[in-house]
Amino acid sequence: MDNNQFLTDWGLTLMVFLPLAGALVMMLIPKSEEAAHKWVALVVALATAGIGAAVIADFDYGATDTLQFAVNERWIDVISSRYAIGIDGLAIPLIALTLLITPLCIIYSWNHFPEPRNPKALLILLLVLHTGMLGTFVAQDLILFFVFFEVVLLPMYFLIGVWGGEQRQYASIKFFLFTLFGSALMLVSFLALFFVTGGDSFVMGDLAAGVASGDIDHQTQMLIFGGMFLGFGIKVPIFPFHTWLPDAHTQAPTVGSVILAAVLLKLGTYGFVRVALPILPEAAVDWAPWIGLFAVIGIIYGALACLAQTDMKRLIAFSSVAHMGFTMLGIATLTDFGLNAAVMGMVAHGLITGMLFFVAGSVKDRYHTLEIKRLGGILLKAPRLGWIMGFTAMASLGLPGLAGFWGEFPAILSAYEPGAGLNEGLFRVYMVVAAIGTVFAAGYLLWLYQRTAFGTPTEEFEHEDIPDVTLPEWLAWTPMLVLILVIGIFPNIVFGVTDDQMTSVAESIAAAVGG
Amino acid sequence: MLENAWIIPLIPAATFFLILAFGKRLPRKGSELGIAAVGIAFLLAIVTNVQWFQHVTDAEHEAETHTEETDSHGEETDSHEEELVEEEHSLALADGEVAGPVVGAAPAAAEEEAHVEVEPIERGWTWFENGGIDIEVGMLLDGPAVMMLFVVTLVSLLVHVYSTDYVAGDRRYTHFFAFLSLFTASMLGLIMAKTTLQLIVCWELVGVCSFALIGHWWEEKANSDAALKAFITNRVGDVGLLVGMITLFWAAGGTFDIVEINTLALDGGISQTALTVAACSLIAAVMSKSGQFILHTWLPDAMAGPTPVSALIHAATMVVAGIYMVGRLYGVFFQGLDIGISTVNLLAIVGGVTVLGGAGLAFVQNDIKKVLAYSTVSQLGYMVMALGVGAWTAAFFHLFTHAFFKACLFLGSGSVSHAVHSFDMKKDMGGLRKWMPHTFKTFMIGTGALIGLFPLAGFWSKDEILAGASQLGGDGGYKAFLVVGLIGAFMTACYMTRVIYLTFYGEFRGHGHPHESGPRITVPLWILAVLGAVAGFANIPNSGALSFVPDSVALRFEHFYEPKGAYFPVENFSHPEFDLAIAVVSTIIGAFGIGLGYLWYWRGVGVHGITERNAVARAGYRVLENKYYFDRLYTGIIAGAFKGPIARGVYWINQNVIDGVVNGAGRLSTVVGRFVYKRIDQQVVDGAITSSATAANNSGQAFRQITSGKVQQYGALLFGAAAVFAGAIIIFV
Repeated sequence: MDNNQFLTDWGLTLMVFLPLAGALVMMLIPKSEEAAHKWVALVVALATAGIGAAVIADFDYGATDTLQFAVNERWIDVISSRYAIGIDGLAIPLIALTLLITPLCIIYSWNHFPEPRNPKALLILLLVLHTGMLGTFVAQDLILFFVFFEVVLLPMYFLIGVWGGEQRQYASIKFFLFTLFGSALMLVSFLALFFVTGGDSFVMGDLAAGVASGDIDHQTQMLIFGGMFLGFGIKVPIFPFHTWLPDAHTQAPTVGSVILAAVLLKLGTYGFVRVALPILPEAAVDWAPWIGLFAVIGIIYGALACLAQTDMKRLIAFSSVAHMGFTMLGIATLTDFGLNAAVMGMVAHGLITGMLFFVAGSVKDRYHTLEIKRLGGILLKAPRLGWIMGFTAMASLGLPGLAGFWGEFPAILSAYEPGAGLNEGLFRVYMVVAAIGTVFAAGYLLWLYQRTAFGTPTEEFEHEDIPDVTLPEWLAWTPMLVLILVIGIFPNIVFGVTDDQMTSVAESIAAAVGG
Repeated sequence: MLENAWIIPLIPAATFFLILAFGKRLPRKGSELGIAAVGIAFLLAIVTNVQWFQHVTDAEHEAETHTEETDSHGEETDSHEEELVEEEHSLALADGEVAGPVVGAAPAAAEEEAHVEVEPIERGWTWFENGGIDIEVGMLLDGPAVMMLFVVTLVSLLVHVYSTDYVAGDRRYTHFFAFLSLFTASMLGLIMAKTTLQLIVCWELVGVCSFALIGHWWEEKANSDAALKAFITNRVGDVGLLVGMITLFWAAGGTFDIVEINTLALDGGISQTALTVAACSLIAAVMSKSGQFILHTWLPDAMAGPTPVSALIHAATMVVAGIYMVGRLYGVFFQGLDIGISTVNLLAIVGGVTVLGGAGLAFVQNDIKKVLAYSTVSQLGYMVMALGVGAWTAAFFHLFTHAFFKACLFLGSGSVSHAVHSFDMKKDMGGLRKWMPHTFKTFMIGTGALIGLFPLAGFWSKDEILAGASQLGGDGGYKAFLVVGLIGAFMTACYMTRVIYLTFYGEFRGHGHPHESGPRITVPLWILAVLGAVAGFANIPNSGALSFVPDSVALRFEHFYEPKGAYFPVENFSHPEFDLAIAVVSTIIGAFGIGLGYLWYWRGVGVHGITERNAVARAGYRVLENKYYFDRLYTGIIAGAFKGPIARGVYWINQNVIDGVVNGAGRLSTVVGRFVYKRIDQQVVDGAITSSATAANNSGQAFRQITSGKVQQYGALLFGAAAVFAGAIIIFV
């Protein structure tokens, strides 16, 4: 009992700040002790995952739509901000994803840290990042949320800027400023929200209640939502705010790309579902057609841009634009199906695109290039790597039986019958466009696979010895590959957790607009 | 076995993983696992079939006694019967949600055999929940499913055996068998799918197996091109599949259940518009999966895969998935397209065009497999056309017979190429009948069945389609499609005669000494040939000139395999009768085609070389040679445009317009920053320093801190600036 109480009160906090504590410990260890750094980082990440697992195991799945493990304590009284955290059906899948990805990234880096190496700094940054990501998913107070949301920014900036490719300076600054621009507007919205609801609290539940009971001018709500739209939308990224993404991804080191794709992009979509929709349902309904429009443009646009790429990593980066389009379309429908699909899409994209970046990183390690036309015949040179790439590409194009399908299909399905107050005809057009997007997805992914994995190796690498998948790679990849398959076969692993809560979000939106 | 038939697909599914994991370490490289699995599946399929026949017979029997009872005891028995049914239901539900075998018969409708209801056997489990709805996964076992179970497992078993010889020594032998297993599992899953969602899943999975097997020899670009083309063309059709199924899901009130959707469609529970939209969308899926014009172009290219794959996937089973899907959702198509009362509809047109278009292309191919591929396209056209005119049973019967004789022909062509190491009829074949007697004989039987010679299988099934086209539908019927069918029959006879001549007659034009293949190839050939010869009697009619055929023998296929229940059309749905005139005419036409081919090839009669002399003939030949220019349009123009100029254009916009704005904003702020620093900070503020030293010093520091862009400062600044903005919103809005 005591144990349980301790877990209930302190579990989340411990989980969030343990990586930070680990990072502090690592600062005390001299830089030359590389092995120590690796082990400390790994143990901390695994311990964090352990605490997280305990919390997730202790979670009451009969009531996924209520906030559990909730803590609500005084924090910064001056600005009425509270230390309010908690998890529910929406947060759990994303926390689980984060808890999984970070240790895998540490394992993957084990033997090949990108230049200029310095494992100490890189691992410390990863752990700080970890705290930021987990914190964002548990925060229930907008200021707390914002702080964690921004904490994520710096480590990633340094990851790209220090360990990145040739144009890392440009890419990292662009990433930083672009997201910061969105964050600024988001913060404006948060503050405005705080003031218009009476200036009592930044806790999300209070704000939602405030908006629901208050008589806030519709125009104001629209503007506030607009600020959030930019803040979250840039992070997702929604077309046309996506241009930081390909540069950041292409220049980032492998683990940076993986974390960026697997978790960081989800902060944006998560923000929509966690903050924007529940607090401002009426504005959400008015914004939804636009979100949907940008989403489906992103699907087709991202896919076409993929077809034009000559660099494998850049292609995968653009595919994220297309895939997040499906997630945003699901969100824009404001229905239970759509929101479920969105959360599933976040998890699936995290696993699949994260995996694709892992593979791209390994290809780069072996070939020292990601230029598609110089590759070829990977299946001959490193058959297992080629197979894993093929499997992941199939998952990415939404093959049923693998996780990606469950993010796409229900999103398309939900667009047929969007939520109350939305234009059916318009969303059915979106549905068809999104469905056409799946054709393009098959096109660019299989074309990529054909050019890199099929055929015979180019002359350049004909006699080069290309090692197949190594042990750290197997360790890092197996959980992801297994999950892609298992979620594909048993989608209820995710849907079962999210459904109740997403249904209640959709219902409360419908209720707010009187539908 | 009936309730547990869902195990059947799981056997090869498990084998797929087993072969991948352990196949290479086994003495026969995993093929033994594959054969064992599909062998067991085949035996179980036979058991399932036998039990299903019993189930149907029981249902009739029950209906008969039930009618008698109701006659004598009146309502009392009726209510008792209902109780019984209810009891069975609740029992069944407790036992893992078994719904069936519940046999019910409406008293009023029990008079005729045709109205006996045979409840399908359904089992379902919750797959996942969404929006508070439990989405099911499960099994729907009824006539067509049971029939396909037999066809798929049998052909798959024979192909497995055949492959052990045909692909022996291949470097990816194990993978080949693994994917055969996965394919078999997915196809069986598709057949027994309880929900449309499951159908979509399996539909895509068979597609991915097809992709992997077409591209089996991916070292050569032509093969991987063919694989990509197959997959992407199918994806185009899948847009229709998704849209159609989604429309049905919502129109039926949020269910994927096939029986429920059909029942609702038939009793008016779904609006006509929704049904028509869904039916037309789904036709796109049929067009791609079942090689119908204008999405047929991938199928001939798919012949790049190993021949056993062509026989199994691209002739006998996977490509009929489209036909099967239409047959599965026949309530939707029947109502949505008004098949029962119209005289023309999209489905029939697609089928009709394909019959002729496919047959036309079969004439100009020199690759024996390509001829057979276009022949498959054309025959699939017959099936779609049959469904379009309302002849459900004829379509499925043709599917049944075609599976045997077309698999026989494909495997026969493989046997030939095994001997001459080529598929080119003109260059490397000729006169092979002397060397390969078994292959020759089985190929001849298969050809006869394909042409529709009496009494081979194709004769009966094609004839039923033709009879359907002439008798069914609204007033006048679908007569135009009868004409199409007859012309198609003629063309089939001609091009197949050409194949026979080029392959087996004349002088051998290849190198070396061809020899007959071994028993692992010839035995499957004979089994398929025998089935291709006799399968037609499975549905021998007993109407018209054949009314002497006893009831217990006639129309067994229709009797056992046609669904009987509320989820299958009854109103305006009928079966064509045997028409001696059509049978005679089609036979004469077939014989005429053979005769013409004989005169042309064997006797050299006719205007040979006309394509060199006559401009019109040359143009026609060129159109056929270029496959009506579809490939040029798709691969060259459409795909080329998207891969080339359009993609590059979009990317150019991305880099120069959208990113241009971003970079421009960045540059602008740098310029502004520099301006602020130089002009204001250095001149205005610095100027002020001279007058007020202390104050200026402080503010100068502050400004310098802003413009120096120290990252650490951003938080404080941001917060302050945001507060100002927020204040502005509150005040001014």
